[in-house]
Amino acid sequence: MTDQANVDAIIIGAGHNGLICANYLAKAGKSVLVLEAKETVGGAACTREFAPGFKVSAGAQWLYQLNPNVVSDLKLLAHGLEYAAQDLESIALNPNGKQHIIIHGSHAGGGDLSEHDAHQFAALQGQLLRFVNVLDRVFNRRPPKLIESDWHDKLTLARLGLDMKMLGKEDMSEMLRVGLINIYDLLDEYIDNPLLKGALSVDAVLGSHMGPRSPNTVFTYLYRLLGQHYRFNGPALLKGGMGQLADALLSSAQHAGVEVRTNCAVKKVNLNADSAQSVTLCNGETISAKSIVSNADPKTTFTKLVGLRHIEGGFSRRVQVMRMNGNAAKLHLALDGLPGFSGLSEHQTGARLLIAPDMKYVERAFNHAKYGELSSAPAIDISIPTAHDSSLAAIGQHVLCATVQYAPYDLKGGWNDEQTKQAQNLAIDTIAQYAPRIKEQIVSAEYLSPVDLEQEFNTYGGHWHHGEISLDQVLMMRPTPGCTQYRTPVDNLYLCGAGAHPGGGLMGLAGKNAAEEILRG
Amino acid sequence: MKKYDAIVIGAGHNGLCNAAYLAKSGLEVLVLEKNSYIGGATVSRELHTDWKYSNCSYVCSLLRPEITRDLELPRHGLQVQPYGGGVTFCKNGDYFGNYDDHERQQREIARHSKRDANAYDRYAADVMKQTRLIRPFLMRTPPDPTSLRPKDLKELMHLAKAFGEMGEEGLADTLRFWTMSIGDFLDEYFETDVLKAHLAGSGIIGTALGVYSPGSAYVLLHHYMGDVDGTVGAWGFARGGMGAVSAALASSFQSFGGEIKCDAEVGQIIVKNGKTTGVALANGDEYRADIVVSNLDPKRTFLNIMAESDLPRDVVRKAKNFKIRGSSGKLNIALDGMPTFEGIENGSILLKGDMHFSDSLERMERAYDDWKDETWSKDPYLDMLIPSQIDPTMAPPGKHMMTVFVQYAPPYIDGREWTDEERDQFGETVIQQIANHSPDFRDLIVHCEVRTPRELENEVGLTEGNIFMGELTFDQLLFNRPFPGYAQYRGPVKGMYMCSSGTHPGGGVMAAPGANAAREILHDLRRPNIVPGAYADD
Repeated sequence: MTDQANVDAIIIGAGHNGLICANYLAKAGKSVLVLEAKETVGGAACTREFAPGFKVSAGAQWLYQLNPNVVSDLKLLAHGLEYAAQDLESIALNPNGKQHIIIHGSHAGGGDLSEHDAHQFAALQGQLLRFVNVLDRVFNRRPPKLIESDWHDKLTLARLGLDMKMLGKEDMSEMLRVGLINIYDLLDEYIDNPLLKGALSVDAVLGSHMGPRSPNTVFTYLYRLLGQHYRFNGPALLKGGMGQLADALLSSAQHAGVEVRTNCAVKKVNLNADSAQSVTLCNGETISAKSIVSNADPKTTFTKLVGLRHIEGGFSRRVQVMRMNGNAAKLHLALDGLPGFSGLSEHQTGARLLIAPDMKYVERAFNHAKYGELSSAPAIDISIPTAHDSSLAAIGQHVLCATVQYAPYDLKGGWNDEQTKQAQNLAIDTIAQYAPRIKEQIVSAEYLSPVDLEQEFNTYGGHWHHGEISLDQVLMMRPTPGCTQYRTPVDNLYLCGAGAHPGGGLMGLAGKNAAEEILRG
Repeated sequence: MKKYDAIVIGAGHNGLCNAAYLAKSGLEVLVLEKNSYIGGATVSRELHTDWKYSNCSYVCSLLRPEITRDLELPRHGLQVQPYGGGVTFCKNGDYFGNYDDHERQQREIARHSKRDANAYDRYAADVMKQTRLIRPFLMRTPPDPTSLRPKDLKELMHLAKAFGEMGEEGLADTLRFWTMSIGDFLDEYFETDVLKAHLAGSGIIGTALGVYSPGSAYVLLHHYMGDVDGTVGAWGFARGGMGAVSAALASSFQSFGGEIKCDAEVGQIIVKNGKTTGVALANGDEYRADIVVSNLDPKRTFLNIMAESDLPRDVVRKAKNFKIRGSSGKLNIALDGMPTFEGIENGSILLKGDMHFSDSLERMERAYDDWKDETWSKDPYLDMLIPSQIDPTMAPPGKHMMTVFVQYAPPYIDGREWTDEERDQFGETVIQQIANHSPDFRDLIVHCEVRTPRELENEVGLTEGNIFMGELTFDQLLFNRPFPGYAQYRGPVKGMYMCSSGTHPGGGVMAAPGANAAREILHDLRRPNIVPGAYADD
């Protein structure tokens, strides 16, 4: 080891946040090396073949919350980012095969939705979007410390206070009230239609270990609404799947001078006293850097890369008790034709399809997950990207990609082939109730449990947010006290992944904010 | 017609406490009570000859010591006897015992898990830290965070200072504690199911939350922030049952010249020109006063005894959306003798405290799932006590009185009223659970009163039978209780106030809402404040 560091910054993991962080650091003139264990970059933003001739976004399926500043700062459109479809409608599927409800931004209609409910929904969304406006400002900066705050934090807090005041008395007190309650009660206060409420409640619990009745699901719903705050009326699909995002980020990074090495797993982060000095790769090579930035989740970072014995006992306990067990699975179906959903036109099949007939349905699905059981009737969020994008399968063939909720990471008896098969059948059976002939169309199927997701994406617990988005694990408590503002108890070691503020979902702010923090020094 | 200075609606403990302070300040005060007896849910009732039932609230700890002293409640007959012990019975015949003695407690935990015994002191210290933080705020009026008035800003600064003293990580720990589920919180410390189940009960009692619902850790605090004779977190029995608390408050009130009328149900608060002028009883009688204080829960106050036309629209909406959910039931049982419990000798301290039969968090959470499905828990969580072991006035010599608090029981079954048959089935579910661990219990039952939320609502007047007059979730605590903008005890109409458990700091036999409301009323009347703020010990 020489005294001279090899590079300014090493980024462990080429997930979208890692690449975004690398981009911003490189743009500021830093020399950056990104080390990725897998063959491809992007982490959960990836496209891969799951059956011969069928490709799918194997991790995240929808692009909705990606921060527009990231897109423009990194010139992602110039680097190949291309939408296959944007502002897609969400269709809440009615079990009766007709009377589906269509949601587009703040508008809902169709089915037996009353005018009153449609009006109430628009009013509720309008109010919540005003709250999201306040949150967005907080999400765009590092989370402020409240007591040991410096001028930067004080400014953030002052602006937050001002933004809250600007809401006006009524909205401000309403924000303080609903920010902590559950989506079940909030929707009950506004809307009567069970199907609409069911579909909306899915947005509040996606990817989390929470049911609609769990307090703090309004917060997660606000989180989801960021997409609409960015002026999208619905999620988008990328041409060529989510791997496109990774490719664009990579291209942008390389253009900025970032070196990216794939098939290059990091074994450990080496400390000198309490300071991170270098990383050792699985092949034995050691590379030193001024800053080491982990895009891995916090548990993996501290337990595997740093080693708990190298950190103070109290903090080590905090890391161990972080809640980040995934509770969502992915289902991929290769189909020899476009599936026919009862009551939907061919065109509508390309929308976002939601199976959640009412909030109690979703809550019951969650009940099973609490006890490590499979949900017998899961809530499902479906995309059929091939309706918009012919590059993923041969002409006439289709791919169905779905998030299945719930699927507990610590399933009783553990995830094995038999349990996975059973879970897959439960999900397919549920979809078949809405698309009666789909089983005959299945050429191949793949079900990724949280354990599979953990292995595929190297995320502890297979949790797509790298840690539950619950009130005790957000903002200045994210990922855990003593490790906020992208810094860690280890000097020169930073976090830039979804485990850090403001969390996951293809948003990119964790990577961007982390870069700003590292540059601040 | 005689005009009073103030009328308090409802002779529950908060109404009486509020009235007592107002009377002590020299006001002429009338308390109106719909039942033929006072106390509301703080009562001792002889429903079976020679047995006294604390048939609603059943143990005492939260009653603020400053109020006890101020109103001289001991002189008016209140005596609280602390109790210790307690046990959770396991399905497999084992149990987890709760001991007062620290060493003995450590040995008991270590019997189940050495690791947990090591973690226990850390747990107790962490909870106590949160308790110490919250206690001083019980006797203060919450600030309005949307207001820029000096009084509110000063109170916000006071809050900020208390929190600031905790340091960055300490503050983060507090915020985590307030937003976490009790299940997650306990999982961070312990591995033994029965220990976690034993401790988690306080996180769900009286609330429509499960042990894994975020926010239930705070509810635990709500049960820990009381004290008996300065021992924070301790619980006791009011000698003669909980009615002794309301009797002492009433006696204190009357000693200041106050007047109580029973069998006087208020039909409406009379509002003229945007001001209260008195109340009209259901039977048509009217009483006049410029100040009217409602000790009814917020829903009943604004939706039942006030006219919609007298209220701002937002208050009606907020009252309709107020979360006040029945989630618990109660059995009060007269016993012919002391039942025996498997594995524990009679006379053991373990039987003198709270007894439970849920030995895992999963069983408790499943009990909550039944509530969500609008039926009573088939395997409910019980908080059972036999107070006659400590207070012999509750039952004839050699006989015993048992109180069984049951979580969960929904306010409605499948959306409709409970039937008597269902109430009896609910009672049988509870009795069977106890009998599973006490072979002679069933034969000792002389009389048994079963109360579902329906009985609680109809008799005491608690909407949906919610014992706290409103869920203790964060959307309804502090400056949000009962609703944002109305958390300082003043109603939306001049002269109208609220003093029930539906206001800060919430339910339990604490009497703080009544005292805090009195302070605000005296402030508006420009009279000297005689209501204490934070207690010296805090």
